[in-house]
Amino acid sequence: MKILVPLKRVSDPDNANKIKVGAGKVETTGLEWKPNPFDEYAVETALRLTENGTNAKARLGEVTVVTFGPKETETTLRAALATGADKAIRVDTTDDAIDGDLLARALKALVEREKPDLVLLGKQQVDGDANQVAQLLAEYLGWPQATFAGQITSEADKALLVSREVDGGSIKLRVTLPAVVSVDLRIVNAVGVTSMHTPPTHKYSDGVRFAALMAIMAAKKKSLTEVKLTDLSPDTALKIKYTGFDLPPARKAGVKIKTVAELVQKLKTEAKVL
Amino acid sequence: MDFTHAEHHELLRKSVRDFARVEVAPHARKWDEEERFPKELVPKLAALGLLGIRIPEEYGGSGMDTTSYAICVEEIAKVDGSLALTVASHNGLGTGHILGFGSEAQKKKYLPKAARGEWLAAWALTEPGSGSDAAGLRTTARRDGDGWVIDGTKMFITQGSVGGFCVVLARTNPAVAKQRGITAFVVEHGTKGFSASKHLEKLGCRSSDTCELTFDEVRVGDEQRVGDIDCGFTDTMKILDRGRISIAAMALGLGYGALDMAVTYAKDRKQFGKAIAEFQAIQWMLADSKTELDAASLLTYRAAWLADEGRRYGQEASMAKLFASEASSRAINRALQIHGGYGYTREFAVERHLRDAKICEIGEGTSEVQRMVIAKGMLHDA
Ligand SMILES: Cc1cc2nc3c(=O)[nH]c(=O)nc-3n(C[C@H](O)[C@H](O)[C@H](O)COP(=O)(O)OP(=O)(O)OC[C@H]3O[C@@H](n4cnc5c(N)ncnc54)[C@H](O)[C@@H]3O)c2cc1C
Repeated sequence: MKILVPLKRVSDPDNANKIKVGAGKVETTGLEWKPNPFDEYAVETALRLTENGTNAKARLGEVTVVTFGPKETETTLRAALATGADKAIRVDTTDDAIDGDLLARALKALVEREKPDLVLLGKQQVDGDANQVAQLLAEYLGWPQATFAGQITSEADKALLVSREVDGGSIKLRVTLPAVVSVDLRIVNAVGVTSMHTPPTHKYSDGVRFAALMAIMAAKKKSLTEVKLTDLSPDTALKIKYTGFDLPPARKAGVKIKTVAELVQKLKTEAKVL
Repeated sequence: MDFTHAEHHELLRKSVRDFARVEVAPHARKWDEEERFPKELVPKLAALGLLGIRIPEEYGGSGMDTTSYAICVEEIAKVDGSLALTVASHNGLGTGHILGFGSEAQKKKYLPKAARGEWLAAWALTEPGSGSDAAGLRTTARRDGDGWVIDGTKMFITQGSVGGFCVVLARTNPAVAKQRGITAFVVEHGTKGFSASKHLEKLGCRSSDTCELTFDEVRVGDEQRVGDIDCGFTDTMKILDRGRISIAAMALGLGYGALDMAVTYAKDRKQFGKAIAEFQAIQWMLADSKTELDAASLLTYRAAWLADEGRRYGQEASMAKLFASEASSRAINRALQIHGGYGYTREFAVERHLRDAKICEIGEGTSEVQRMVIAKGMLHDA
């Protein structure tokens, strides 16, 4: 199975206190970056689908990772190559020159070039939180889609049985490949992914894998190519325009309450929740 | 001049840090309290490549450099000094000696098993009667037909009882100057006459295995000799040079780990109506620690860089180890002070770091010995 995984770096959510907003944009200088966690789950899913878990060094299929961003974002790609992805593509652009729709259109062009059987995405970015690229891409490609996957079983690499996380439970659906699937946190549980290549007795660890030292060295030699955004989508007009940014209001200091009566009183008059 | 690390070194740091956070940190306190070597972790260390960091890929290792070796040890030490000592000594001393000076047959036999974690490596130089004066060792190896017979006792040997093999330094020629008559041999566990004491009880690094080893008429073939006859001590000095970089890195990790804990605690702990981080006395401690640890880091990675460039680095490695180990102990002491009474309890890891860090001022040459090496480099070798 050939899988394409788009991934993106986001500002480290643990450093949220360092974020500053300037005139009409978020200041990114000085921020620390890390891969979007949901994208890391998508890479892990792709790796589990294309290997025998008992010998994770040999890839039984191909995993291509792609990111949209400036030169520095190649580190994010190299990190994915070091965990086992086969090749990487960087589409040269910057965050403020793309939105979800343009990304989906450009990805469609890339899919037509790369011809994957499956596009696996994180359900959303933890910075923009838009949650729309997978859905738009499936629509533009005319492919079946399954979003918020918490469990995937590959059926002879021809179809996927996907358990989708929804309010109050999960929905199981079968998508025939090629398809677009977005993943949720639970997919990287030990039993998140089942593939015919891995014996059922093999147990994965919860979470995403660590890059092995040898694989970090091997990643230096893997292919990482650059593509121009206009080569994928000549029309680079954006559909979303940001009009302003504000930091969330700072939390006010709490108060100490002596009696239950006082608490109830405050819940009624100040918090207004009773 | 460029102070940035290469991309693959950054990726390595992140990977080992994540591994240490998930697989090591949650258990480090328990392992320390049980004074038990965590055997169950060995397959995971091997899978990540941490047991063959500098072993070339053709022998099943990770094929990385000395800078990488330092990064791995530093990141592990941030959460567990014992495991950092294990990884430092296995890679640098035992396997390092075979890698640097072993025959092709020895490399083929020992390195792949070492990288896979089937055989942990020990390295035995120190004896009950010889530590700083390492060349004063009394263990002997005498010729016996085609082979050798080794007799003697070794002290404080890391991976002494959990190891699969041990590189041991023994006197082969009592007639020449003491540095000139020493030879290295590799001895496998299970060889008749070779035994290890129980794990010694220590102040810190209590889940690293430290033993006394006894060689009682241990017969080995000449194919177990590592390097040339009577040249073992020169090789030993080279092994220690690189090993000192890893001990400096271990000190750095312990120091930075404790400093992080101190920053978090100082922001959280309130006295006199405000966070103690707002008191200048606390801020100065944090500032001193950060400055000294960064200076130690520059010394450490300079020495590693020199090693990777194939240049001389012995004196620089000693400076790194001397300064990093002492700066680390100071930083951890301050971190404990910032934690007040809580820091003195086992609820917080800072006391464990304090105990673990002390070995960095002693092992692979005490601070006094480092000063001797540095001064010798200035006065005699120039
Ligand atoms: C946890 C642990 C793990 C170890 N692992 C290993 C291992 O794997 N393999 C191995 O071979 N060894 C190992 N060692 C041994 C270690 O390298 C020695 O303990 C160290 O070199 C000091 O030797 P010593 O203990 O005999 O102290 P001594 O040499 O007796 O020193 C005692 C004191 O005298 C000082 N001193 C000695 N000579 C001089 C001098 N000329 N001038 C000024 N001061 C001097 C020393 O600095 C020290 O303060 C380990 C030790 C420990 C504690």
